[in-house]
Amino acid sequence: MIDPATGRNQRMIELTIDGRTVSVPEGSTILDACRTLEIDTPTLCYLENLTPVNVCRVCVVELEGSRVLVPSCSRKVEPKMVVRTDSERVRLSRKMVYEFLGSSTDLSFAPGEVHRQMESYEAKPDRFGARTLPAKSGERDHAHAGHHQPAVAGHAQTVFQPVKVDNDLYVRDYSRCILCYKCVEACGEDAQNTFAISVAGRGFDARISTEYATPLPDSACVYCGNCIAVCPTGALMAKSEHDLRERGQWEPAKQSVTSTICPYCGVGCTLELHVQDNRIVKATSPLDHSVTSGHLCIKGRFGWEFVQNLGPLTSRDAP
Amino acid sequence: MDLRWIPGATPTSAESAAIDQALTPLAADSVELGPRQLLLPALHAAQSRIGWISPGALNHICQRLDVPPAEAFGVASFYAMFSLERRPQAVVHVCDDIACRTSGALHICSELEKKLGPEGKPPAGAGATWLRSPCLGKCERAPAVLFQIAGAAGGEWSQSPATVTQALEGLEHRTPPTQASTWLVPQAQGPERHRLRLLRRIGKVDPENLDDYRAHGGYAALRRALELGPDGVLREVVDSKLVGRGGAAFPTGRKWEAVARAAVRPHYFVCNADESEPGTFKDRVLMEEDPFAIIEAMTIASYATGSERGFIYVRGEYPLAFARLRRAIEQARTRGFLGSNVLGHGLRFDLDLRRGAGAYICGEETVLFNSIEGLRGEPRNKPPFPTQVGLFGKPTGVNNVETLVNVLDIVLEGGPAFAAIGSGQSTGPKLFCVSGSVTRPGLYETPFGVTLRHILELAGGIHGGRKLQAVLLGGAAGVFVTPDEIDVPLTFEGTRAIGATLGSGVVMAFDDSIDLHDIVLRIAAFFRNESCGQCVPCRVGTVRQEELLLRLAAGKPLGSRETESVLLGDISQVMRDASICGLGHTASSAIESAIKKLNLFQGAKKR
Repeated sequence: MIDPATGRNQRMIELTIDGRTVSVPEGSTILDACRTLEIDTPTLCYLENLTPVNVCRVCVVELEGSRVLVPSCSRKVEPKMVVRTDSERVRLSRKMVYEFLGSSTDLSFAPGEVHRQMESYEAKPDRFGARTLPAKSGERDHAHAGHHQPAVAGHAQTVFQPVKVDNDLYVRDYSRCILCYKCVEACGEDAQNTFAISVAGRGFDARISTEYATPLPDSACVYCGNCIAVCPTGALMAKSEHDLRERGQWEPAKQSVTSTICPYCGVGCTLELHVQDNRIVKATSPLDHSVTSGHLCIKGRFGWEFVQNLGPLTSRDAP
Repeated sequence: MDLRWIPGATPTSAESAAIDQALTPLAADSVELGPRQLLLPALHAAQSRIGWISPGALNHICQRLDVPPAEAFGVASFYAMFSLERRPQAVVHVCDDIACRTSGALHICSELEKKLGPEGKPPAGAGATWLRSPCLGKCERAPAVLFQIAGAAGGEWSQSPATVTQALEGLEHRTPPTQASTWLVPQAQGPERHRLRLLRRIGKVDPENLDDYRAHGGYAALRRALELGPDGVLREVVDSKLVGRGGAAFPTGRKWEAVARAAVRPHYFVCNADESEPGTFKDRVLMEEDPFAIIEAMTIASYATGSERGFIYVRGEYPLAFARLRRAIEQARTRGFLGSNVLGHGLRFDLDLRRGAGAYICGEETVLFNSIEGLRGEPRNKPPFPTQVGLFGKPTGVNNVETLVNVLDIVLEGGPAFAAIGSGQSTGPKLFCVSGSVTRPGLYETPFGVTLRHILELAGGIHGGRKLQAVLLGGAAGVFVTPDEIDVPLTFEGTRAIGATLGSGVVMAFDDSIDLHDIVLRIAAFFRNESCGQCVPCRVGTVRQEELLLRLAAGKPLGSRETESVLLGDISQVMRDASICGLGHTASSAIESAIKKLNLFQGAKKR
């Protein structure tokens, strides 16, 4: 096979998945091979345009010769690998990952695909008891590493906490955070190189944080919103969407998507304007777009309010 | 990188001076290794100067090392010994882990709570506070405390056994007491002392004197290694059948060969001295009492594997071991036993000493690399294995302290002679950390193959004429062994045959007066507190496991005991199968063994 990037002949690797033989280019992952065979493999922390962190473990598969299951999203194929994706062990691990996340975070804004997978793996997050009430605002931000958080009798501990609304452009609802690391990667080396956020703390108290949990306006954040674009559970959300949802006016069924080119500079980023009731409610860019890989800057992501600002023009500098 | 610093956060002159002073001698390293790897030493400097890492101090560190403040905060907040909020200068960490809680630690905690307020929450203006701590590695002299005193004249030291009064006095006087000795090696005084190999210099050699080390046979092994050549050393180590003593029992020779043959350069060699498995204290005794042996063994390992640079990573809770190793490295360097021409042989090798800051997980080898590199203490996926892509992305050999010290005899006596010691595939001598309800707790050495009963007898049997209830073998990540299993031979094969593990050599005995429910709950809490949080199975699984045990202990299962039992099985299986690293893989092993073999949590509390 000719590699389109280098024009060179690529070595093909043959392996067996669920009893079927498949050949994929050297350097592919087991997940790539599964997708070649159209094997339905769930993922959460994986995204085509980010470096795999393999932390959610929902894509694990059984690999002959390996004592433990391996993450298909990052394990490179090797000749003669024998992989099973539907064994009892694989099914149990996937189900448990969904149950752990479902019992500790709020997955209600996760895409339908996640809920479909949870059903197919018969995940029952309620097995761990009633969920704990939300922590007080800021409490989880100050958890000290290694300090024991006593369990609430008979309850399943959660990451529930109030939504952080500290700027006009986006909100952080960490009750929904599954700690997939995608926002950190998008803010850092994989896209924006701003490094405004990191994973802080450890264990169940690990959280996405700015330095000293400072509000976003005091942080290095440049409001590109690339973290929102990669968030798989709605923990990070444009404030426009959050406000509509709060008012019960967010209606995806009534939304249409219009593709256009961002008007601000010469880069030519493709914008997808999500429109509801003839108003723009969100701007995104397609993941597979060669210019953006799904990423935008503050102007493309948020700078469209003027389109629907129907009031008279005024000078911002007027006294 | 065009980084944004924390607006308006400036360090005090004391903070910036302490950070700059810590970074100065290390600055040359930045050229080869990049500045980020200085993050942990810089954070230590800030913490120990004023007792917490202020935004000003963090900002200064970030500017010096070109690290984004959010990332530096992410790293600092990972470690239990760092505080990112203002805290009194004097802190005492009270070990309430397994061995200490059976020796009065909980009494110390409750008394300190009365005197100093709740854990970590002192009244306004207080000069001191206290914190609970996971195992401090002093199980043979339980209960233990660790003082962490900030300031220009501050310091860190541990005390064991400790009393409430001593804990309070330490906080008040802020100076270490004069303690006659800090270790217990009963065999060193007994008739068996001539048969000791790993422990033969303990208590006999001055750990702060290179000449004394040489007078006790030190550096004979390195000279022999230089005669053998790198391939000769590799051959002896392979022939010795030595396997790692940290818990994973990987063949050392195979590891060394893989590093030696790796085409990518440079190679690094790392000594894993992050001994944190509850119940384990063997490496501490070796580091405190025979530090030159570790330096010599590291030099041999590096010679055999073609590494010019080594790192010793000592857990943060071992201030004395760190200080002794630092002195020893300085002396060795001054005297030409480290540096650009070791022993005048043209061998180039130097050692960096690094200090952890309170995180069990940093003993996992890839986490240890990340910690040295100034990243969060999260494990990497394997493969690639460290022998190919390790520290700083280079081929790296990594061995536990005890493993390395074995190398000295292997080189001196030859691999086959070493392989003749022990039993079957378990060759050589083995250290056992014996604690709990025995008459003479301490560090013991025997050849592989003696039974657990023999070890308990060496330690004088169960104290006070009581009956043995169970032994925790291998540490919190090990399993409980019942009294009718104590004839198990302590070899890798022997323990495997009864579904147990030697782990790091922990033998913790519990007499029949001890409530094992409490011990098992503490183990569950330990894993919950020490999980790094990176992968879902371990981050949530360790929490769900603890919640479930608490429900059983309270006699309030969700559904029935049968459904809870299925649930616990599911939790442990996903942690074992799908976690990234060994912490998750073993987080349920002791707990499952306690429930299955000791019938715990089956009904009303057993007392």
